[in-house]
Amino acid sequence: MWLWFHKFASPPHAYRLLGTLAPWFGWPALATILLATWWGLVKAPADYQQGDAFRILYVHAPSAWMSMFIYVVMAIAAAVGLIWRIKLAHAAAAAAAPIGASFTFLALATGSIWGKPMWGTWWVWDARLTSELILLFLYLGYMALRSSFDDPQRADRASAVLAIVGVINVPIIHYSVEWWTTLHQPASVTKIDKPSIAIAMLYPLFIMILGFQLYFGWAISRRLRGEILRRERNASWLKEGR
Amino acid sequence: MDLNEFFRMGGYAGYVWTSYGLTALVLLLNWSAARRCESQEQDSARRRSGTD
Amino acid sequence: MRRAATTAAANLVFRRDLTLAWRRWDEVAQPLIFYVVVTTLFPLATTPDLSQLRVISGGVVWVAALLASLLALESLFRSDVEDGTMEQWVLSGQPLGWLLLAKVASHWVLTGLPLVIMSPVVGTALGLPFDAWGALVASLLLGTATLSILGGIGAALTVGVRRGSVLLSLLVLPLAMPLLIFGSRAVGMAMDGESPAGPLQLLAAIFFLTLSLGPLAMSAAIRISVEN
Repeated sequence: MWLWFHKFASPPHAYRLLGTLAPWFGWPALATILLATWWGLVKAPADYQQGDAFRILYVHAPSAWMSMFIYVVMAIAAAVGLIWRIKLAHAAAAAAAPIGASFTFLALATGSIWGKPMWGTWWVWDARLTSELILLFLYLGYMALRSSFDDPQRADRASAVLAIVGVINVPIIHYSVEWWTTLHQPASVTKIDKPSIAIAMLYPLFIMILGFQLYFGWAISRRLRGEILRRERNASWLKEGR
Repeated sequence: MDLNEFFRMGGYAGYVWTSYGLTALVLLLNWSAARRCESQEQDSARRRSGTD
Repeated sequence: MRRAATTAAANLVFRRDLTLAWRRWDEVAQPLIFYVVVTTLFPLATTPDLSQLRVISGGVVWVAALLASLLALESLFRSDVEDGTMEQWVLSGQPLGWLLLAKVASHWVLTGLPLVIMSPVVGTALGLPFDAWGALVASLLLGTATLSILGGIGAALTVGVRRGSVLLSLLVLPLAMPLLIFGSRAVGMAMDGESPAGPLQLLAAIFFLTLSLGPLAMSAAIRISVEN
């Protein structure tokens, strides 16, 4: 098993593998996202209270989910890179960051837009939005730290420490913000008893999450390939031709 | 369903379409950035091996 | 024998920093002055009316303490890295975390502790009632101590970066937000006559968590910044 892992972690092998995988993520991602969009905008019924504004949930919640998911992935990749000194893992963390930050921005923007018809203001300091905002700061800090180093190895390892410290803090931040206010609708999707949204209205949500996940798989494969090429600049396997 | 009704989104057209539009924009930008990241590096790698 | 050596080394670091600071008193006084100045900004920016200021007094004192601490943290490791002392420590074979913790501790005594002591004065100027003094001091005690360790991690990560002070703040502030939330809320609850035990206990929990994991992160970060 370890042999396979080390083989995969070798740059030329990873480069080829990711190139093969990318379309297998990409096309299903496109199809799934389109399906979810159609389902969310057309097929799903409007909400009894919020009307059609409710449909914003189908892009807001998946974005928020991805923003947190990617941060965790980034932190795990950084930890793997730091502990086992696998450069590919560091490259994966670097590749994931801008994608995660984009989803965080999207979650904030759609959350804010949804807030206007829901609560009457463009911004509210509720637990979810505030947590997303702080997460954006964490992403930006990570990317800022990375870019402040000339030495790529130092950049990798310093930002890895930051990512690990950040991911440990995320539950603390979440809990503290949650404690700080309770204006936002409680997590209706993950409530253990009967959810407060009808199941029929949740399908587009889950499909969109799947679509975004596939999209992330595609995007990170492509970015990681670029990262590998950049880091392996002077390696022999490159010079021999791909 | 009437197409006009669909676009109106029950009066929330601005909010819904802006949100979905932003989503499409973010996905598109990440798509082109990811492709560019890869192809830029491929070009410079090709150039470098060409000048060997 | 090894343990005694580590404790002795840590003690030495602690006392050396205090002695050095004694000679550069103005550097120590600056964060404190900044603290008072920043606090003055808020009434100037809003209202001289104490009854209105009282509402935000806990928060303002906390934010000012946060910013003043961050200002002071930037130079935590700088001089030791520049003159090669840090490299010696990394190579010394002593557990680096302990040495760094000793350094953070002396730094806190010089910068954090004065802020805590000054806080009732500053708070009263903003209309903070006497009943809330206990919560204010307790929350700031725990908060500034935690912040010193968090800031130590940030300072260790950014020690080689040119003009790293803004970056340091950018990195540390999001991590410090829970402290701010619990700390100012504790003061707020005390002002309302409720018991601030809840948030104070949470602050204590965060402090102990940071105390146990922080030195690990700091030494990893220092090694990365110093090694070639």
